[in-house]
Amino acid sequence: MEWGGILAYLVSFAIMASIYAVFCLGLNVQWGYTGLFNIGIAGFFCLGAYTSALITTPKPTGVYAQYVKQLFGLGLPFPFGLLGAALICGLVAFLVGIPTLRLREDYLAIATIGIAETFRLIFNNEQWLANGPRGLMGLPQPLQGLVPPEYYNYLYLGIVFSVMWLIYLAIELAIRSPWGRVLKAIREDEISAAMSGKDVFRFKMQSLVLGSMIMGIGGALYAHYTKAISPDVFTPLYGTFIIWVMLMAGGSGNNRGAILGAFLVWGIWIGTKFLTDLLPYTMKARAPYIRFLIVGILLELILIYRPQGILGEEKRVSRFLED
Amino acid sequence: MLELFVYGIVLGSIIALGAIGLTLVYGILRFANFAHGELMTAGAYVALFFVGTLLPRLGIPNDPLSPFSFGWRMVVAFPLAMAAVAAVAVLLDRVLYRKLRQKGSTAVMMAMSALGASLILRMIVLILWGGDYRSFFPGVLRPAVELPLGIKVRPDQILILAVATVLVVLLHLFLHHTKIGKAMRATADNMELARISGIRTERIIVWTWVIGGCLAAAGGVLYGIDVQIHPGMGWNFLLPLFAAAILGGIGKVYGALIGGLVIGVLQQLSTAWLLPTYKPAVAFIGMIVILLLRPQGIFGGKD
Amino acid sequence: MSLLAVERIRAGYSEEVDILQGVSLQVEQGQIVAIIGPNGAGKSTLLKAIFGILRPKEGRVVFDGEDITGLPPETVVRKGMSYVPQVRNVFPSLTVQENLEMGAFIRRDGFFERIEEIYRMFPDLREKRHQKVGRLSGGQRQMVAMGRALMLDPKLLLLDEPSAGLAPAMVEMVFEKIREINRRGVAVLIVEQNAKEALKFSDHGYVLAMGRNALDGPGQELLRNEEVAKLYLGG
Repeated sequence: MEWGGILAYLVSFAIMASIYAVFCLGLNVQWGYTGLFNIGIAGFFCLGAYTSALITTPKPTGVYAQYVKQLFGLGLPFPFGLLGAALICGLVAFLVGIPTLRLREDYLAIATIGIAETFRLIFNNEQWLANGPRGLMGLPQPLQGLVPPEYYNYLYLGIVFSVMWLIYLAIELAIRSPWGRVLKAIREDEISAAMSGKDVFRFKMQSLVLGSMIMGIGGALYAHYTKAISPDVFTPLYGTFIIWVMLMAGGSGNNRGAILGAFLVWGIWIGTKFLTDLLPYTMKARAPYIRFLIVGILLELILIYRPQGILGEEKRVSRFLED
Repeated sequence: MLELFVYGIVLGSIIALGAIGLTLVYGILRFANFAHGELMTAGAYVALFFVGTLLPRLGIPNDPLSPFSFGWRMVVAFPLAMAAVAAVAVLLDRVLYRKLRQKGSTAVMMAMSALGASLILRMIVLILWGGDYRSFFPGVLRPAVELPLGIKVRPDQILILAVATVLVVLLHLFLHHTKIGKAMRATADNMELARISGIRTERIIVWTWVIGGCLAAAGGVLYGIDVQIHPGMGWNFLLPLFAAAILGGIGKVYGALIGGLVIGVLQQLSTAWLLPTYKPAVAFIGMIVILLLRPQGIFGGKD
Repeated sequence: MSLLAVERIRAGYSEEVDILQGVSLQVEQGQIVAIIGPNGAGKSTLLKAIFGILRPKEGRVVFDGEDITGLPPETVVRKGMSYVPQVRNVFPSLTVQENLEMGAFIRRDGFFERIEEIYRMFPDLREKRHQKVGRLSGGQRQMVAMGRALMLDPKLLLLDEPSAGLAPAMVEMVFEKIREINRRGVAVLIVEQNAKEALKFSDHGYVLAMGRNALDGPGQELLRNEEVAKLYLGG
């Protein structure tokens, strides 16, 4: 394999890892900093991707409309897609949070599973919404004409990277602010925080919405990278579980841990592909299952032997506080 | 409509078997076992292994015992599947949950580890059997019987109700008339006081997994007899199981039984208006409604 | 040799903080010993450290000649010591009879005789034997709590504030029962907020303050002691 090929492969790897890093950052806000057990990430992944897709593609007309059904299509440029994804996910998170945020953590978890499943079922079965199981294709990519197609991924990597770092900085600022300190207090001891007058529900809601908006952006970034999405992409495995493993591996409560975990676990995931490529032909069909089995075992090992992840929780919450 | 109601009771009794195990585990171990659906899957596939592979080698015939769709192989496989899944559940506890318990992990960490365990179990099933839908007895005709009021039911389904009832009665006798059963109820009430009284709670925990595993396996096998089995069935049962357990009041065995029946009926009735694939979503909506109106469930008191 | 010898126990609920800073006490066969002192002195913590619910960081607990320091509750109860916690001391969804059965869980023989004895000691419980304990009154629940602990014929009974939250008439009855239990040969180590009443029937009393021994002596002496009276007996 010549250098060009290897480089291209690495770029693809980095794009996916960065997209997943965005999800990890969003989950970190919800779980790492606020203690919200969200197992429905796939739902926001799905919603963000579809929203951006619908916003950036024009509504099918004429002959085309017989094959592709969409609820709407605005044909707006990429940034609107990102924005729309974030806003819709934030809104849905808000609506979902109203009945569920006052619940105990494990009830919240089950509720988030339900939400993700419901979204997937709706997108899969309601053809009029976004073409049902066939999904949407030919999604536009930002700044498409700027570089020759074979180098486009480098450009996209730049875009994804920038978005990821912007989100990272934004969260780092937020966490060191008074708002962030309250979040930490809530996670450590909710009852005391409530008794000292903080409106716990409002803070949890803000964290839920913020995290979900970030996840929506991740979904949009994914959609415009792969250019085609369908409901079976957003399974609990690819859309929720792997993100949890990434965050737990890197270190929950630590933004750098979120990014590190994403790259590390995505690397392990790709690594397992090389392993299973060595399998005999008869086992090839089972390869994805073996790979996920490895990932599942990895999670258990982390939970038992190093639940704080590689980097552990961030020590400082405010730069004004000297330890 | 009435027919859907009856099918709902059948489905509901299967859900109840899983929900009872789930609620028992929750009451004694105090965490949400996200792997419980997978215990049902495991039961179905172990039974498939016995019926399809092992028992034929031992020469056990498969002629259907009319009017049911299964033969002696299933009669032998059923308790074997329950025992196997009980062993799997205890093994999971030993290898995973107990370690986390000893470290004093939070309920959320244990639930997360259960999520991982559900993944591992599902992947093992997928690796060994692949992703297709399977039937226990392909090609066997299953004619329906007509009941009064024109309801068509299959004899299999009547048997499912009977088996579920027998299991629940056995469980009741166990919990109320045996020493270990009473100790289980005591541990669910107050684990520290149970230890203070000299009860070895680790042993009680093993029993809890045995019973939870047996009931879940039974549910999985019965579901396979009624419909089909596939590796994702456990995950699809997760929402109904939790909805049923929450509806009845977490930790309350009879609550889970009633909750299961209610959720089953709701799910079947919903097919009059919605596609059948939406059934988990129906269970989910039901659960949200309960949590909004009466979060402690029907039989739950103050915590 | 004392039935129970507690030597310089240091214990706490977290690594950093010690509630007990080196407490010692002794209980002789058949004695009633009271532990009194202000709130937060560590009285309940001491019982938990003796019974094994809390592992002492330093010190020894010797019961009936055997070193039981740090052994878990399930093991200590098998040595002949029983413990009644202050709160959550019954199984509310089980009946009275079932609560007592749980008390006798590790008993190999003599169950029926023993439960008859307990019902003779607490006649009110006999008529309510099939009622769920959660529905009983506070006083009746305390009876069940003590009955459960007695099912194993313990040599030593640890009681954590048995009169807490009870109406005065009930308190009187509870103390009368404790005296009766003691008359049958069971040694009692009782933590009580109601210091005056406890010292009245105690053979010996220990005053705990800030996790340390402050004072100790025969019950009657402590009752007459002015300092004790001022600080702990309400004048």
